[in-house]
Amino acid sequence: MTGAERVREAIEEVNRAGRAALIPYFCAWDPDLETTRALLWAAAEAGASVVELGFPFSDPLADGPTIQAATQRALRHRPTLEALLEFVAGLYNEGYPLPVVIMGYYNPFFRFGLARFAREARRAGLCGAIIPDLPLEEARPWLREARKQGLSAVMLAAPTTPPQRLERIARVSTGFLYYVSVTGITGARERLPEDLALRLDLAREVSPVPVAVGFGISKPEQVRLLAPHAHALVVGSALVRIIGKEGPRAPARVRKALSELVSAAKR
Amino acid sequence: MLPNRQGKFGPFGGRFVPETLMPALSELEEAYRRFKRDPGFRRELSWYLREYAGRPTPLYPARRLSQALGGHLRLYLKREDLLHTGAHKINNTLGQVLLARRMGKRRVIAETGAGQHGVATATAAALLGLECVVYMGAKDTVRQAMNVFRMELLGARVVPVHAGTQTLKDAINEAIRDWVTHVEDTFYVIGSVVGPHPYPMMVRDFQSVIGREARRQILRLEGRLPDLVIACVGGGSNAMGIFHPFVKDQVVKLIGVEAAGEGLDSDKHSATLTAGEPGVLHGMMTYLLQDRVGQIKGAHSIAPGLDYPGVGPEHAFLKECGRAEYVAVDDEEALAAFRLLSETEGIIPALESAHAVAYLVKIADRLPRDTIVIINLSGRGDKDVAAVKEYLGK
Ligand SMILES: Cc1ncc(COP(=O)(O)O)c(C=O)c1O
Repeated sequence: MTGAERVREAIEEVNRAGRAALIPYFCAWDPDLETTRALLWAAAEAGASVVELGFPFSDPLADGPTIQAATQRALRHRPTLEALLEFVAGLYNEGYPLPVVIMGYYNPFFRFGLARFAREARRAGLCGAIIPDLPLEEARPWLREARKQGLSAVMLAAPTTPPQRLERIARVSTGFLYYVSVTGITGARERLPEDLALRLDLAREVSPVPVAVGFGISKPEQVRLLAPHAHALVVGSALVRIIGKEGPRAPARVRKALSELVSAAKR
Repeated sequence: MLPNRQGKFGPFGGRFVPETLMPALSELEEAYRRFKRDPGFRRELSWYLREYAGRPTPLYPARRLSQALGGHLRLYLKREDLLHTGAHKINNTLGQVLLARRMGKRRVIAETGAGQHGVATATAAALLGLECVVYMGAKDTVRQAMNVFRMELLGARVVPVHAGTQTLKDAINEAIRDWVTHVEDTFYVIGSVVGPHPYPMMVRDFQSVIGREARRQILRLEGRLPDLVIACVGGGSNAMGIFHPFVKDQVVKLIGVEAAGEGLDSDKHSATLTAGEPGVLHGMMTYLLQDRVGQIKGAHSIAPGLDYPGVGPEHAFLKECGRAEYVAVDDEEALAAFRLLSETEGIIPALESAHAVAYLVKIADRLPRDTIVIINLSGRGDKDVAAVKEYLGK
């Protein structure tokens, strides 16, 4: 199976069991790589389906205060993509069961070289990437390299995306389509937009790949509400906040929080 | 005519932003292209530029400075320092805030480093009756406390940004986050020829009034085109504004002067084109100050308006195709020029503009007799006198 197929299959497998898949986000190196490793294992134990691993960037302009703070903690380690790929390769050598996709701003990938990144990502076992500042019009070079290596190139759609454009985005996205729940930046929210379920239904109708909803999801009630309308749910800031507070004790707390969200994800 | 449909100047420019903003950028581009051709909009903008901002600005023959440099040059200063609010920034903010009003937006936001663009945006917003929020790095709000107060006097709200390096690049990040969140009713007034398409094109067009006037004025005064046009480059808007109408005149040499800060090998400079490498930041592909793995580095200059680790994509293009040349002068050289212009002409320049003067000082000896030089004097130095006093230890 290619990386993109692994991601898609991991989501569809839980869908077949009548549940939405949970995709936790962690910022690599927050607060250090050992904790990140423990968090990834905790996510697997909690029943997550795919992991989104953030590569920290100096200028995270789509992120709210929680993930900005995580990025600051992580940047102290002077992260590199080489080191991240090595980390992922090590994880799979230990038998890590979940597909991992990397979430990162474009410049580090561009500097690394897209073709080289895609090649080395596949070799490491990484399944794909989400690049939030690479919209459809700029994505062609990355889509080409990702396709060559069978990687999942996850594209994003937002509430401001018109229907026809949404369809075009969904058609090139591989692994899944990332539907941004709110007109805004990342961060846990008390309330999600009222028409979100409806928008997700429309997105699912036109998307040939599973639809994951993300941004703002933090509570079991929200998961319960959205699970029937999405194939997968991404949870970021709510977990990252725990890591910021608990440091090295975080993995146990994250496992608990994530388990609760997983059991709320009935469709 | 550049940029192309994707907003590219060769490989540079483009639209590297979150999907949420893509429809807003298309809407902006379409509105801009429509109003640019609309005689009503053009008349309104030129009325404000003339009656409110003080255009046209003089092209002033700087005879005493020329004397001090050997007396062999025909040297002119394009006096953007005489504009309302003290710099070229107002050309752009009047254009963008008028556009915002025509597009029915109630609220404008802006980023600012030193505070010049923030003040110019707050000014235009006060004039045209729009709500205004300005993002400013927390460090800059301390260094430029006077400009914070100025913006508040003008009715704007100034929001200090504590993220990252707490300077201009982080203020831009925060402004973009605000825009992503309030994109329906908010217009983002970018302060230079940077950001995602259509901003580099639109800001260039609004600033091109500088070059159009200068070209007309020099032809009248000298009967021929200049040999050299020199401007400082931070984001690159005053330089693009004066370069653009001369780009097709191949005989005119265009020189952009960046800030070498404490020296190009010191890691404390803002010489993006001279010492940076291509990458993507703030929605554009351009030259950036960055480390080996693509993290963005902090910038430094004694001139707060040059303190930016990126540069407009059209400059990156003009550099690569060789149409313009980019050089750098350091803090000391800029300070010397700041004093020289003050003493010889009675004009205290902005520290940014002093970089352009400093480069001419450096090369004057090598220029042939009767070389016609235009320096874009992008702003006045009132804002800098306190900093210079401190720097000189007085
Ligand atoms: C007087 C003056 N000149 C130049 C600049 C640099 O900006 P740009 O390169 O966009 O003209 C600034 C920025 O604040 C400024 O205030």
